[in-house]
Formats: sequence, structure tokens, C-alpha cells
Amino acid sequence: MPDNVHNKQEFDNMLEREACMSETTEDQNVRVAAICDQLITLEGPLLPILHEVQEEFGYIPDGALQTIAKKLNLSRAEVHGVASFYHDFREEKAGKHVIKICRAEACQAMGADALGDQIRRHLKVDWSQTTADRKITLEPVFCLGLCACAPAAMIDGKVVGRVSADRILQKVGS
Amino acid sequence: MSIKVYVPLDSGSVALGADDVAAAIAAKASKAGSDVKIVRNGSFGMYWLEPMVEVETPRGRVAYGPVSTDDIDALFEADFLTGGPHKLYLGRTQDIPFLKSQSRLTFQRCGIVDPVSLDDYRANDGLTGLENALKMTDEEIVKAVTDSGLRGRGGAGFPTGIKWNTVREASADQKYIVCNADEGDSGTFADRMIMEGEPFVLIEGMIIAGLATGATKGYVYTRSEYPTAIDVMNEAIKVARAAGVLGDNVLGSGKAFDIEVRMGAGAYVCGEETSLLNSMEGKRGVVRAKPPLPALEGFLGRPTVVNNVISLCSVPVILEKGAEYYRDYGMGRSRGTIPIQIAGNVKHSGLYEVGFGLTLGEIVEQIGGGTATGRPVKAVQVGGPLGAYFPKELFDTPFDYEEFAKRDGLIGHAGVVVFDDTVDMMKQARFAMEFCAIESCGKCTPCRIGSIRGTEVVDKLERGEQPELQIELLRDLCETMKFGSLCALGGFTPYPVLSALTHFPDDFKPRALDIAAE
Ligand SMILES: Cc1cc2nc3c(=O)[nH]c(=O)nc-3n(C[C@H](O)[C@H](O)[C@H](O)COP(=O)(O)O)c2cc1C
Ligand code: SF4
Ligand code: FES
Ligand code: FES
Repeated sequence: MPDNVHNKQEFDNMLEREACMSETTEDQNVRVAAICDQLITLEGPLLPILHEVQEEFGYIPDGALQTIAKKLNLSRAEVHGVASFYHDFREEKAGKHVIKICRAEACQAMGADALGDQIRRHLKVDWSQTTADRKITLEPVFCLGLCACAPAAMIDGKVVGRVSADRILQKVGS
Repeated sequence: MSIKVYVPLDSGSVALGADDVAAAIAAKASKAGSDVKIVRNGSFGMYWLEPMVEVETPRGRVAYGPVSTDDIDALFEADFLTGGPHKLYLGRTQDIPFLKSQSRLTFQRCGIVDPVSLDDYRANDGLTGLENALKMTDEEIVKAVTDSGLRGRGGAGFPTGIKWNTVREASADQKYIVCNADEGDSGTFADRMIMEGEPFVLIEGMIIAGLATGATKGYVYTRSEYPTAIDVMNEAIKVARAAGVLGDNVLGSGKAFDIEVRMGAGAYVCGEETSLLNSMEGKRGVVRAKPPLPALEGFLGRPTVVNNVISLCSVPVILEKGAEYYRDYGMGRSRGTIPIQIAGNVKHSGLYEVGFGLTLGEIVEQIGGGTATGRPVKAVQVGGPLGAYFPKELFDTPFDYEEFAKRDGLIGHAGVVVFDDTVDMMKQARFAMEFCAIESCGKCTPCRIGSIRGTEVVDKLERGEQPELQIELLRDLCETMKFGSLCALGGFTPYPVLSALTHFPDDFKPRALDIAAE
């Protein structure tokens, strides 16, 4: 193990991360190209393609940018510029569970700030970070349209309203 | 005959457990051998009663709520399938005072119908507006919408008929109707509710907009935070195509119109219409300078109507019942009805559609029933994150575009967020600046940099560093942002900041002592 890695768990995580980084294989290119071919006839196909790529891989692999750029006749920098503009698109895989907590005003009025603090303290992460064991990614979201059931959160794509820290943590088994 | 039981599929109801409740009812019914058909409807918008379960009985639909899975056994024991008494019994749905006192024009079928049943929609007078429009000229349709007084419900309040006329008069090989369903304002959920609960009314409104302007293609641009709305819209579009409501031959008229749903990617600024168009074109969601107006050079450079969901959903009833019928609701230059969304720390949180003109106090205290925590109301933010905070002293302000503007506020998308007396208004002002900094598209300096400076100034104020100077700086910054920003993100962020500062000056005193105590 390299010196800067302190235990087996971290080492495994590192290997896993590297595995997903180096997934710029032939196979990946083929899958990205297939997504492009399927959506290219849409008017304005780039966002739908990026969404589909993220759906397929869990993030936008670096190698996908070049493939998409070639298919759409854009530069790699242009595709990267678009992907990086939007909060949704990830440059690396999220943890096993994704907790999104609404930080906007209606939820603030019902204690969202304290909720966010509790969760961050418990998971030992800040917003937009993933726990050391790669199990949980915590993200802020600004309104889920559940403002009448505040505070609100979305856990692995499922909405929860009038939620407490205990319930959130219980849902992700932490 | 099976007994119809309604359990909403609305995200708000599901967030409170509606899926589990539906599953528990189905399981219990099958065990008890009762013949039950569960319909997943939209919500009526009374979220303090959600999940609200309804049963169809000879005396009409009766409601129970808020129902949790723990209540299911007792409900069956109380014979709720025939409308039996139980502590959660709410009486006939239509008699619930919160619902009964509304004027539901736009949301008339939301909650009542099965969202993806076109038969249900037709049985409740759906498509009548479209049928009428098909007998009219494009000019006549535009005139009806103009005469109704309908103004854009997305925030700016621009007259819908005038926008449509610009697109109608433009000549191009292809025009577009783009429905702005990006609904990013905190405290708002009307677009989500109607897309989940009554998607055909949006489809109908968009087709009518197409007939009026000569556009044959429509897009619904909505948020990735709204997966259920996207699913329901897509399903309804499929049903409408199969029934010949959408497609090459709308209701046999020979006219074409079709709709596609597009998903945003988590950028608040993409609700701004030109940023939205850039996003749809696959670009960074940066705001475009106007002119050219989207009405002339919009999606892919072609004439485009960009309208909010609720603007478009208000069109069918105007074409069905006439411009005058709609215009008779409301006050001053704010005509028709407005779905007010009451949220945050409030007892009766939900959607309340009514003619313009109720006072803010009536909305918060009477309809909303005061705070959920039972503490006194301190501030109410109206119109989303760019809207002003109102103190109780301004509760006599009528819900009307001009009246709100007179008090340095805005109606926006009609979200009303209530805070009790524990709110710290300096923190809210800081948040407004922080939100602007996070969501800025980056095009103008006052918005991109000014908002970051704004948070720093508030931090210094909180630490008690030269407080008078910081307040002066904050006001200066707000002036610069107001006048130096291209769009309303940078331009209106000063509303929440300045209103907090003006109406709640005590909250802007230094906090040195509190910090030391922590
Ligand atoms: C930062 C920003 C965000 C906006 N977000 C929305 C939105 O989510 N939904 C919406 O309909 N309009 C939004 N608008 C207003 C739109 O730019 C535009 O005025 C509206 O879609 C026009 O439709 P309407 O005339 O039917 O209101 C936003 C404007 C700004 C500046
Ligand atoms: S005000 Fe802000 S969001 Fe609007 S165009 Fe300028 S930088 Fe972009
Ligand atoms: S403000 Fe939190 S869901 Fe809308
Ligand atoms: S997203 Fe581009 S400046 Fe923030």
C-alpha cells in the first residue's frame, strides 16, 4: 500500500476509484457512442445525452466528453463547459446512497439549517462530499417543490417530507 | 362493482407516505376480500391532511386524513370503504372549507381525476376549450387570451396575449411553444402539482397556444428534481398521441401539434427564459441579452412562445368559458385567479386558488391558520428567493402585481413562505446573497462578484466590524446589483436583502456576544 493510505478500507476505496477513472476503455466509448446515436436527432441533443450517460455510468466519465464532442461536432472543451455548468452532472461516482437535503427558504422556516448541521456532523462530511467509506454522498438542493411538507429531502431519488435527521439516517442505514 | 379508493401519487403526498398507505390498503383489502380499486390521483393541495385518502360513496367522495399505515386496520374496522366514521374522517371532500372557499379555474380537476385518464378529463369538460379554439381563427384566439387579462404567472406578469401576438405575426418555417416548468422558486409547487395531477390541461393549453401562433412543436422544460411530474407528463403525452389529441391531425382538424419533455440539470438560472433556451439548445445556461426577444428569435433562432405552466394551464378555461368569465375574477390590472402556494412554517400549508385581491394577512392568518409551531408570525417571503420579506405591518397588502410592487415586493410565482419569530433576518439576507452567488450564470460582475461580496459584508456585520459602514456598503452593493445586472437573479436579489434590512433593523445588530457564548 502507498504510504499516504492508512488502512485497508481506504486502500480498497482508492483502487475502486482508480478503476472507475480508468474505465476509458473501448467498451465505454462504444456505450457512449450508442447513446449519442440514439439521441442525436433531437433538437438540442446535448443535455439529454449527458443525462443518459450519467444514468448509464453514474457520472460523466472523462473519456465520454471526447466521444460526445466528436459525435456532435463540438470541441471537447465545449462539452466540458456545458457539463460543468450544471450542478447535476458529476465528474466522479457518487456514494452508494445520495442524500439531498433542501436548503431553501420554506425548509429553513421548518428547521432545515439544523437538520443539515446534524446530518453533516453525524456523517462527518460537508455539503457535496462523500463519506470516507464511499457509502453516502450529501448534497444540498434548493427546493424540491415539497415546501408545504418542509423540511424535505430526497434519498436515492425518493422524496421525504417533514423529515428528521434520524429518519434520513435510518433510511440509508447509518 | 369495486369500490374506488383514491390515494394521491403527488410527490408531496408520497413524501408523507402515500405509496406505503396505498400498498397497505391494497394488502388489507385483498386479505379481507373487499373489491377495491385504488386510483392514484393528484393532490387537492391540502398538505397538512396528506396523505389524504378518499372513498367513493353514494353521498359523494369522502375523505380521511392525514392517514398513516398505522391507521389502516382501524379504518377498515370503522368501515371506511362505505364512508364510516373514524377520527380521521373529514366529510365530503368538496365540503372541506379550505377547498370549498376557493375559485378553482386552473386547478378545477386536480385531485378529482385520474391524471392519465383522458376519459376522466373529457368527462369533466376537458378539451372543450380546444374544441372551441379549433373553430376560431388564430387572431380570435389571441384576442380571447388578451381580453381575459391573463398575465404571465412565471414572475414577470407580462400579458400573455401580447406575447402570443408577436409570435403569431412573425413569419418562419418553424415556431415553438416552450413551457417553462423549471419552477425553481422556493415556496412554489403549483407547476409540479398540476403536471402530476392534471397533465392534460397543460397539453391542451399548449396546443391552443400552437393554434394561436402557428407553432407545431412544443417543449416542456422541467427540473430534474421533479421525476414524478416528468413521468406523468410523458405518460399523458403518450395517451394524447394515441387518442389523436396530439400528432399530425389534432382532433381531426388537419392541424399538427406535438410535445416533448426536456429535463434541466439543476441550475436555478435556467428558469430565466433565455437561459432556458440556451440550455435546451445544449449550451451553458447563460442568460442572453434582449433584444432579440425570444418571441422573434427563440429556440434555435426561431419565433418562440415561452410561458409558465400556470399561464398555459389557464388558457383552456378561458377558451371554454370566455374571456369575460376569467376577467371577472381579480382586482385592478391583476385579472383572473392565482394559485397561491402557502408554505414554510404554517398550519394549513398548501395550494389555494382564488381571484387576486386577498390581503397577505388573510392568506397567512385565516387561510394558512398562522404558524405550524404556534408561535407568532415574524416575516413572510412572497415570490421565491428573489422576493421581499414582509413584516406583519404590511399584512394589509392585497395580492396584486401593482400593490406588491408599490411596497417594494413582488408576487413572482405566488409562493408565500411563513416564518415564526425565531427567524434571524440577517441570516436570511445572507442566504439571499449566498443563493445568488451559487446560482449566478456568471455573465455580469454585479451578480457574480457582488453577491459574494454581499455575504462577506453580512459576515463582517455579524462580527461587529464597523457595523454602520457595513450597512452602508450592503445598501450600495444592492444598488449596484439592481441596476447593473442583466437579469432578475442579480437584479432582484436586493429585494429580500433590503426588505430584511428595512423592516427588521434590530436583527442587523452585531452578534459578538452570541458568538462568544457558543
Ligand atoms: C433567475 C430567474 C428564474 C426564473 N425562473 C422561472 C421559472 O422557474 N419558471 C417560470 O415560469 N419563469 C421563471 N422566470 C421568468 C421567465 O424568465 C419568464 O419571464 C417566464 O417564463 C415567462 O412566462 P410567463 O409570461 O408565462 O410568465 C425566471 C426568471 C429569472 C430571472
Ligand atoms: S444577473 Fe446574474 S444570472 Fe442574470 S445574467 Fe447577470 S450574471 Fe447571469
Ligand atoms: S423550499 Fe424546501 S422543498 Fe421547497
Ligand atoms: S454555475 Fe457558472 S457561475 Fe455558477
